[in-house]
Amino acid sequence: MKMIKRTLFLPLAMMAAVMLLASSPARAVVEIDINKANVEPLPIAITDFISNDELGAQIAAVVAADLKRSGLFAPIDKAAFIEKISNPDAAPRFQDWQVINAQALVTGRLAREADGRLRAEFRLWDTFANQQLSGEQFFTRPENWRRVAHIIADSIYERLTGEKGYFDSRVVFVSESGPKTDRKKQLAIMDQDGANMRMLTNANDIVLTPRFSPSRQEITYMSFEGGQPRVYLLQLETGQRELVGNFPGMTFSPRFSPDGQKVIMSLQQDGNANIYTMDLRSRQTTRLTNTAAIDTSPSYSPDGSQIVFESDRGGRQQLYIMGADGSNQRRVSFGDGSYSTPVWSPRGDLIAFTKQSGGKFSIGVMKTDGSGERILTTGFHNEGPTWAPNGRVLMFFRQPAGSGGPQIYSIDLTGYNEQLVATPSYASDPAWSPLLE
Amino acid sequence: MRRMQEFARNPAMIALFTALVLTGCASKKNNLPNNAADLGLAGNAAPGSQQDFTVNVGDRIFFDTDSSVVRADAAATLDRQAQWLNQYPNYQITIEGHADERGTREYNLALGARRAAATRDYLATRGVAANRIRTISFGKERPVAVCDDISCWSQNRRAVTVLGGAGS
Repeated sequence: MKMIKRTLFLPLAMMAAVMLLASSPARAVVEIDINKANVEPLPIAITDFISNDELGAQIAAVVAADLKRSGLFAPIDKAAFIEKISNPDAAPRFQDWQVINAQALVTGRLAREADGRLRAEFRLWDTFANQQLSGEQFFTRPENWRRVAHIIADSIYERLTGEKGYFDSRVVFVSESGPKTDRKKQLAIMDQDGANMRMLTNANDIVLTPRFSPSRQEITYMSFEGGQPRVYLLQLETGQRELVGNFPGMTFSPRFSPDGQKVIMSLQQDGNANIYTMDLRSRQTTRLTNTAAIDTSPSYSPDGSQIVFESDRGGRQQLYIMGADGSNQRRVSFGDGSYSTPVWSPRGDLIAFTKQSGGKFSIGVMKTDGSGERILTTGFHNEGPTWAPNGRVLMFFRQPAGSGGPQIYSIDLTGYNEQLVATPSYASDPAWSPLLE
Repeated sequence: MRRMQEFARNPAMIALFTALVLTGCASKKNNLPNNAADLGLAGNAAPGSQQDFTVNVGDRIFFDTDSSVVRADAAATLDRQAQWLNQYPNYQITIEGHADERGTREYNLALGARRAAATRDYLATRGVAANRIRTISFGKERPVAVCDDISCWSQNRRAVTVLGGAGS
């Protein structure tokens, strides 16, 4: 399994990261406190990587775009640069970068190895402390240059914020086309910045709610294939599809357990939906809820011990938490309105949700005990949050009134820095992957 | 949303609300007529044909927001459907349950299933054999009316009886 994963999705299998300099671990002067509500973006200079083709500028541009979209960095216009970097192994003229208020500087170089591989190296400098903060070197096939750029951006992000990055990740979603009364839907996948989009299914059947496996190159989703709405697995490498279980009714709203060994989902029987798991190895199914209500949208805590879900057992949709075995079911949302599509943060501390109140649809977060609710965005229709792998950013989709279609947006956990994620056609149901390996 | 729900708890308000909705509907181009008089086609359909069922009986019923309760007007339609289906017992039927767009995707899938099940159960009490009836939910994925107001959403909260679906 691991071998296959490497060949398709880890084209960087041959990639090796090597610390270039074991520089003295001096305390960085430059750092960003990303827990403040509205961070002043850090001015950073990202120079074109030295290269004998345009790839050096392209990699620098992707690194800069990643950092800029995070809202935490303000890449400086290259036209303002004074020093032209010619030897990335030598220290830059720090005062040239101080003058343009670059708090941090990125330099780099590309080269082709004899075997055709691309060697990419970069150094991150603290321009006011006159020191190198980090330096790494990667080997990969040249066509993987965007991934190298994302990995470099993650490294810079982590060094300067103290938190893991999220740029080397992908998003699976539903691409939509055609009129609203006969909307065609296809599963699609793209890098988190919208690049490298490709379709995973044709438009023959309605497909909904794709979710990534945490451990394999696999997604689970719902399809109306054969006129029977049910939950499926799709192997991203082979395109192979598989029905999940043989349930006597519609199965929907699937999601993986954190170890990737189970799919949790709803089974509809008559007017009721209850939550089940299926173990993907033993095929054993387990019923977790048993109410005359709609219990759906289950999502595990990162340690796998608890499950948050929505239920209308109390009249309107509200969020509930139970043990992974279905024990101790208790309501956690008590605000004004109804709550649905809960998703547990990968950091474990928060639950994101869709809230309907006063005719508006909002995306919000709350602590796992239901306290500390914060609304991040509100409007005619916002739905279906998904977490970045580091738990700092969310994506969701926004549907305008009338005949238009939905689009995907990202927003910072603080509620700032909302950005459209550009897709070629309408897009909904985003699900963020874990960091690639 | 909340206001509508408070609305719905008061029967007098429901009547007013329904009247407002219907008034709104009359001016909409994309409303689907659901009886013969609206279409002016009564009598043109061969008895026992698909068209007869759709035009003279009415193939769909509508629901209140977040509800799967068969309303009085819907019950009248289902009574006609049951009578017709009992007269023409060779038809298998599929009941499609739908929701409006003012809900989240997963909940609407379940709500559409609830509406289809309520419709099936009603037809069964009127003598339509359960083994002739299959149900499916489309959630909010297949609206018939597209606009941005209540008059439109009310048409999408529906259960449609489709002739010829394979029984289950």
